[in-house]
Amino acid sequence: MSTITVTVNGKSYTKEVEGRTLLVHFLRDTLGLTGTHVGCDTSSCGACTIHLDGRAVKSCSMLAAQADGSILTTIEGLAPGGELHPLQVAFNDEHGLQCGFCTPGMIMTAADLLSQNPNPTEREIREGLEGNICRCTGYHNIVRAIQLAAERTAGVPA
Amino acid sequence: MSNYIGKPLSRVDGVAKVTGKAKYAAEFDAPDLTYGYVVSSTITKGRITHIETSEALSLPGVLSVITHENRPKIAWLDMSYKDQDAPPGSPFRPLRDNKISYSGQPIALVVAETFELARYAASLIRVDYREAPHETNLDTNLHRARKPKSGLASLLKPPPPKPRGNFDEVYAASPAKVEGRYSHSPEHHNPMEMFASTVVYEKDGKLTIYDKTQGAQNSQLYVTQAFNMSFSDVRVISPFVGGAFGSGLRPQYQLFLAVMAARELKRSVRVTLTRQQMFTFGHRPATIQNIALGADSNGKINAIYHDAVGETSQFEDYTEIVPTWSPMIYPAENVTLDYKIVPLDVFTPLDMRAPGGVTGVPAIETAIDEMAYELGIDPLELRLINYSDRNMAEDKPFSSKELRECFRQGAERFGWAKRNPKPGSMRDGHNLIGWGMSTGMWEANQMPARAEAVLTVNGKLRVTSATADIGTGTYTIMTQIAADTLGMPMEDVLFKLGDSDMPLAPIEGGSWTAATVGSAVKVVCEELGRKLFKLAQKIPGSPLAKAKWDDVEFVDKHIRLKQNPAAAVSLQQAVDQNGGAAVWQKSTSLPAMMKQKNYSRAAHSAVFVEVMVDEDLGTIRVTRAVSAIAGGKILNPKTARSQIIGGMVWGISKALEEESVMDHTIGRFMNHSLAEYHVPVNADIHDLDVIFVEEHDDIVNPLGVKGLGEIGIVGMPAAIANAVFHATGKRIRELPITLDKIL
Amino acid sequence: MNSFSYSRPDDVNAAVGEISEQTQAKFIAGGTNLLDLMKENVEHPQHLVDINHLPLGFIDELPEGGLRLGALVTNADTAYHELVQKNYPLLSMAILAGASPQLRNMATNGGNLFQRTRCYYFYDTATACNKREPGSGCGALTGYNRIHAILGTASSGNTPQCIATHPSDMCVALRALDAVVRVSGPNGDRTIPIADFHRLPGDEPERDNTIEPGELVTAIDLPAEHFNTHYTYLKLRDRASYAFALVSVAVALRLDEGGQIAEARIALGGVAHKPWRNPAAEALLTGKAADTTLFRQVAEQLLDGAQGYGNNTFKIELAKRAIVRALDMAYAGSTQAGDAYKQEDIL
Repeated sequence: MSTITVTVNGKSYTKEVEGRTLLVHFLRDTLGLTGTHVGCDTSSCGACTIHLDGRAVKSCSMLAAQADGSILTTIEGLAPGGELHPLQVAFNDEHGLQCGFCTPGMIMTAADLLSQNPNPTEREIREGLEGNICRCTGYHNIVRAIQLAAERTAGVPA
Repeated sequence: MSNYIGKPLSRVDGVAKVTGKAKYAAEFDAPDLTYGYVVSSTITKGRITHIETSEALSLPGVLSVITHENRPKIAWLDMSYKDQDAPPGSPFRPLRDNKISYSGQPIALVVAETFELARYAASLIRVDYREAPHETNLDTNLHRARKPKSGLASLLKPPPPKPRGNFDEVYAASPAKVEGRYSHSPEHHNPMEMFASTVVYEKDGKLTIYDKTQGAQNSQLYVTQAFNMSFSDVRVISPFVGGAFGSGLRPQYQLFLAVMAARELKRSVRVTLTRQQMFTFGHRPATIQNIALGADSNGKINAIYHDAVGETSQFEDYTEIVPTWSPMIYPAENVTLDYKIVPLDVFTPLDMRAPGGVTGVPAIETAIDEMAYELGIDPLELRLINYSDRNMAEDKPFSSKELRECFRQGAERFGWAKRNPKPGSMRDGHNLIGWGMSTGMWEANQMPARAEAVLTVNGKLRVTSATADIGTGTYTIMTQIAADTLGMPMEDVLFKLGDSDMPLAPIEGGSWTAATVGSAVKVVCEELGRKLFKLAQKIPGSPLAKAKWDDVEFVDKHIRLKQNPAAAVSLQQAVDQNGGAAVWQKSTSLPAMMKQKNYSRAAHSAVFVEVMVDEDLGTIRVTRAVSAIAGGKILNPKTARSQIIGGMVWGISKALEEESVMDHTIGRFMNHSLAEYHVPVNADIHDLDVIFVEEHDDIVNPLGVKGLGEIGIVGMPAAIANAVFHATGKRIRELPITLDKIL
Repeated sequence: MNSFSYSRPDDVNAAVGEISEQTQAKFIAGGTNLLDLMKENVEHPQHLVDINHLPLGFIDELPEGGLRLGALVTNADTAYHELVQKNYPLLSMAILAGASPQLRNMATNGGNLFQRTRCYYFYDTATACNKREPGSGCGALTGYNRIHAILGTASSGNTPQCIATHPSDMCVALRALDAVVRVSGPNGDRTIPIADFHRLPGDEPERDNTIEPGELVTAIDLPAEHFNTHYTYLKLRDRASYAFALVSVAVALRLDEGGQIAEARIALGGVAHKPWRNPAAEALLTGKAADTTLFRQVAEQLLDGAQGYGNNTFKIELAKRAIVRALDMAYAGSTQAGDAYKQEDIL
């Protein structure tokens, strides 16, 4: 066991973890943040995507211990203060979701994409989301949702 | 009145899903929750001779290892394991005995205080086997094909009709003939959410189970039967399902194992399968088909032969409707059909999005394209020559069939008229461009269902039915139907589902939920409306006192006279008349059998596809696709369009990417991960267009809907295969069309 | 996963010291591959040395004009680094052809060298695999081998021990660029040319590379020659993105003033246990202009001795065609990541 301190969605936590605890299980089982989903367990689907120090990563492919000292954001904390993030609004408006299981990971990846590239082309979106699989499969509307969010936030600093 | 039905509304569950608040089966917590991990068989057939669990059990925190040797006593009869979707045969029973029937069969459950500990302990279990020879290859076992046994489940999947006319004679004499063999690989549903059950062990031994399922009541039934429990002691809840596509039509083995462990340990248990284990239960069966078509020189198809052989397990006879699609689409007078199965050492196949439909239709629709080339007739023209308003498999008229309009609008949107039929006639640099088309078809069924509606004392409506929303939009369209039926704003209506305590609904599948549960919601709201109307009439001085039911309408939270809208009583006033109690109604909706029985009921589609094939490298992209759908009344174009687009992407997947590859030497599916089981990624998808063709149908069900879950996929594979032929001149009859088949 | 001890040293010597002291210890950096293998019970280290806090996160220009990539720079930061994009666009292109943004944000340059094969049998502990369990056999040889090797599979016996491929895209570009791997170990520092870093399976398929126990990769040096005008990385796979290569080709050409090829480098991915090159085939191009027949000859020579095992036999012809196409593209100075996948609608 080791002790880690992480900031998750703006709140600091100091917890004991086993070395083998994956970050995704720490978030879901220890902190109860179940919006981060597990869709494959082997870094192949993107459902578990969160932000680690501002960049999108797959939380199933990282040990909780490795996150010690980091700042993490999950879907629950993407928009502080109970408001919805422009991407969350756009995914809802453009129907960029069906069963909803891939949705949090899609939105977290899209948020990282837009922070690097506020006005992506369709191709850049499709490539930027290559690590997120939607089986339902709503890629079409997901792309439109990200375009809409980009349009709506044009000129607004992140 | 229709304020909501037919409008492109956003989902009522959208905000829950974009904020991560929607909870799936593995996300419900319980005090002292324990974690189960399944140990899977590494052999395909034989017996376990020894299973050594002591090392796993010696780890602190490991609570139990349940195997066939130490499992508690469970129900004895096969009957007790039959769920609502069980095919004829003897259902698989986890941990029944030491017999191994397929690779990946669950052979033990390890329960521990943490997930990682359970996973590690599972790796320490040593198993000795006595192996027996297995057969998993459909192709090399065709000589063992036989007729399936019939049973309850085969009511919905009748065998093909008897031969009509004289195929042999007419085919032999036909001036134009084509014949071919069509096949596809097995596929696994692979919803994004892996199967999971969280079994909460209540103080009194009752179980509350959060299960991934397309039928909470089906899971409840299964648990009560297999564990000899009473219905009141088992409650199954499943508010959100992370995709299913048919995989949740039957209870999966994690449910059985989690319940067994919870009862044994008297603690709450969660069992989640791994992605690899998602390849160890039902799948779309590999199927091999032969088709022969004979036509006259004008293109009239007079003779159809269509046979199919599908795989099943050694313990159940899973079947699909495969060859019957040919006479359902094409009205030939001389038809011979045949359908057989081959039992193999695999798990029983399971309905997967458009089961049978996306097997049989792509085969016949590819053969039709071949016939078009044989005759030198445009493929669309050939389909119009052989257009029928009757379903010749049943010899009944269709209740509605706007396929002709689908052809017209789809072809126009796509630009089909500009097509040069010559293969290889269009190119852009290294890319050969091909245009192909196909018909799609899926039956429009309705089942009996119940629903409950309550208007609360503060004027809010709550409607419930034990159906599921696997991502299709059930929550939303049911809310729309309820709101419109009682003239209420959607904000005042709450529709709930996914709880076995709710009124009876069938398993959610077959594209019948909108028709089935939608009809029940409509009926219960109407009957609740009648109660409210009666209450409204009792109000002293009620302007509706003398009105008849037919004279009133529900608009804007009021019951009012159609002829005099000012004569109105608010729903709140009506409830207030109920002595301080909510007004409650539970109703049943039954299909109007007498009305339906003389008609064949189905949704249709016309699909047009453009592909680009690299002439040297064989890579294929679907650059454009138009799907024109005749699916009856469209309740919500936004959710409907998503359903069709999702089906189209599945069609691309089936045509070009998706297959579960079995190593027949060891009898095991080998590409059991999302890295190697290829489904489309975002970059595979280009321009997809959907047209909903106006279609009115008051026979199919009271709502006039036909269901949209399957029709989107059915026409895509053949349209793509036909476009690949048009691009390259290569006729690929084996799906998926991977680049090596083009080289 | 088995339990393991975990440490997080902050200098290279301490890390090397720790790994040498412990039995069954492994370094972990991005962890994107190692953790998957631990979950699948393929790898089971008893101790993990987390090297993410070592000072290896640099990208420095070398005095002779090359570039030194720190082992702990992420694949994403490498691919998007100004100097990499300007001087070694082939490397940037290859990195971006692999994995996904989230994984590239985690995976490091050093870790990428140690990616293990994606062979289905290696990943599935129910099956035979000489790489995972030496002596158990090779399931792929008689089983499903669509993604497997067609070159360099020989062993001392009659049948290959292993037909796995190396899955990295980045390493294919490094091979074409003649990169040099810098390592620190218990016996000091040394350099390993990338050509010698990965190895063929031979009779020891369990060994992916030539690194010695206790050694740590600290950096990758890129030589001064940039190849930043005539290059391409063409990757062919079973879907448009996010799949491992069936075949990939990294081509780097230097043209003389008359447009003749002065120097050619061709590295293949997805075909062998290591990124594959054949200097004799490359030499056929020296002093020549673009010519499809010549390109095909080069491809034939590169695939000389190739052997298919059933499902993967198509890769022999596919690789040849991919080489011809990639040479065409590189010669023309077309930098598209494989025009087979360009997205623009053409009608």
